[in-house]
Amino acid sequence: MALLEVDDLVVQYYTDDGVVRAVDGISYEIRAGETVGLVGESGAGKSAASRAVLRLLDGAGEIVGGEIRFRGRDILELSVDDLRAIRGDEIAMVFQDAGAVFNPVYTVGEQIAETIRTHKDVTDSEARDRTIALIDRVGIPNPAARYADYPHELSGGMQQRAVIAMALACDPAVLICDEPTTGLDVTVQAGILELLAELAATSETAIQLVTHDLGVVAELCDRVLVQYAGEIVERAPVDDLYYDPKHPYTVGLLAATPQLGDDRERLPTIPGTAPDLIDPPTGCRFHPRCPYAEDCCASRRPSLVDPVSGRPDNGDPETHVAACLEYTGDLEAGLDYEVQVRDAADSDCRERKQQGEPR
Amino acid sequence: MTDRQPTTDRGRIRIVGFDDAAEQKRDSDASSDTADAAGTTADPSIASRGATGIDPTTASTSASAFAQPGRRLENAWRRFRRNRSAMTGLAVIIVMAVLAVLARPITVSTAEVTITLQPFSLAPDDPTAMFVGPPNAPPSLAHPFGTDWAGRDQFSRVLVGGRYTLSIGLVAVALALCVGVPLGAIAGYFGGWIDEAIMRVVDVLYAFPFLVLAIAIVPILEPVPILGSGYWTVVVALAVTGWVGYARLIRGEVLSVREREYVTAARALGVPDRTIIQRHVVPNAIAPVVVQATLNVGTVVLTAAALGFLGLGLEPGSAEWGAMLAQGRSSLLRGDWHMTVFPGLAIFLFVLAINLVGDGINDALEPDRDGRDDRRRMR
Repeated sequence: MALLEVDDLVVQYYTDDGVVRAVDGISYEIRAGETVGLVGESGAGKSAASRAVLRLLDGAGEIVGGEIRFRGRDILELSVDDLRAIRGDEIAMVFQDAGAVFNPVYTVGEQIAETIRTHKDVTDSEARDRTIALIDRVGIPNPAARYADYPHELSGGMQQRAVIAMALACDPAVLICDEPTTGLDVTVQAGILELLAELAATSETAIQLVTHDLGVVAELCDRVLVQYAGEIVERAPVDDLYYDPKHPYTVGLLAATPQLGDDRERLPTIPGTAPDLIDPPTGCRFHPRCPYAEDCCASRRPSLVDPVSGRPDNGDPETHVAACLEYTGDLEAGLDYEVQVRDAADSDCRERKQQGEPR
Repeated sequence: MTDRQPTTDRGRIRIVGFDDAAEQKRDSDASSDTADAAGTTADPSIASRGATGIDPTTASTSASAFAQPGRRLENAWRRFRRNRSAMTGLAVIIVMAVLAVLARPITVSTAEVTITLQPFSLAPDDPTAMFVGPPNAPPSLAHPFGTDWAGRDQFSRVLVGGRYTLSIGLVAVALALCVGVPLGAIAGYFGGWIDEAIMRVVDVLYAFPFLVLAIAIVPILEPVPILGSGYWTVVVALAVTGWVGYARLIRGEVLSVREREYVTAARALGVPDRTIIQRHVVPNAIAPVVVQATLNVGTVVLTAAALGFLGLGLEPGSAEWGAMLAQGRSSLLRGDWHMTVFPGLAIFLFVLAINLVGDGINDALEPDRDGRDDRRRMR
């Protein structure tokens, strides 16, 4: 049994313009100790899906369907007290905007200690010692002095580290990181990623990493889920996703990743913009933007299938599945792209080509 | 279908073909019928709307409004100290408070012993002692503020009267805060029917003019045994009418604070609602309430004086400034100006000082907020 199982989760937001189905029937599971990436562009419903796990949707958002099972217990059925016991203690969350996560009127240390005191039966000095150890563990120098600092006295990178320390306060089984490196500059990002990678390697904590940065995913994750317009369109072990992407959206994302030493004049983009989730496109949600779309894409909704056999998703999280009609044999022209792998040393290209007739 | 094998090669990945295909699609879209393309051209506006509706993590940057929140109190005090009119007001209040405390000795008596807490006696006479001088005498060296109809020394009465007036203002406002802040914070934080219930009560109380409500409440409270008539009746009446303003003010602030990321973060860490309200929500929402409360001390003192003037509240003949004004009313007709001028001046001076301090606190806590707006809203 997986640690965290999300089954057919549906999240809706009620806006003045209509009902936004931000998450539309996604399913995934996270096993103990592994790191799973959830990627997609802004508005794909990544954050909504992650917050739903802790029932943290605010105001207009509501979980309307599905199940979220943690250690076999359905989180959506838990009482308020049971849920509070899980939050922070078993499942913790690292938020995106570290500067806003800390209450400006208390010191960082107090706020981390508060979490420990909430869940563990400790004295104030024990909580303090533990907090200082945590601050030290996330790589902030001079932890005892930083304990008494106010949030604004830390740099952005240190704030993000402190947020991670707060999330780790009770040794959670699952850590949900909601875009932990967005808004930090690259060197600081690298430090945070190193910290997360070390956590993933040394502790039993499973990490769900929500991001739009494919580079971050490549560095950290064991498996990747690609979310588009509220649905998961591809799920793969991390290497397969990069070296052998199956869904045209994933291909577009990879193509749009800027690279050093690229000789192309323009950065390739996926045409169009993310769809309106109040009235999502019919059929395959990616078809209005998909360069390979055919008539059937607008009418038939693809489900996650094994791209090789064309058989439906068998539920094994290690298998590579993608939701594209190509793999059920419905596209006539096929997908026409190739993945070139270049050696870092020279630019010797080894090419492999996706099968399918060129247009 | 496809016969590709996952690669074991490492190195740079580059996707070829997607862009060309996308380019081709763009061309074919452009050339195709515009009616067909209508679905896609409408996208950008819709997409941005969809995006704002979905992504709650775009956290409010307004949190940065508190530039240096950690040392907020120190900074506020430094700003306050630079404000001359506010410091003048504070000095006036301190002097008046000291004078009121030192006016007569304060003693605590039990059956056997009498402990003197404060031995000083600035007031020359006992404020209740009659005929220490001739009745209705104008100001003189012996009686700087003159005497009233019963020959009581006005100067002593004004000094001692400060005890009532100042403490009524402070205690009534403190009591009102104790009721209004928790209720308003709970209403704002939980919302829903709790909010509705509390705020409808507030609306009902708001429908009455402040003074009229206080006048209506005093006779209701007077039969309550522990309150009796007098000081505590006035205080409770003013607190009952005063809390609604604070509740409404803090509810509005809480509505915005509870959307902040640190509140969500605290919830995500399993901190109970009570702790979140006490530690995270109220401290960040309290600033305008502090300003309002300070300014309100003046209003409350005026209302207490008005109640005293109308003969409600403190028993007649007590040295409360409003009650003294009321008694001086008849002597005004005879031309004895000193009986009303001095208590009136005292009230004026205190309210003015409180307002200066309130504005100073406002400027110190929230330099970019206009305190006058708030006050207008409260009236």
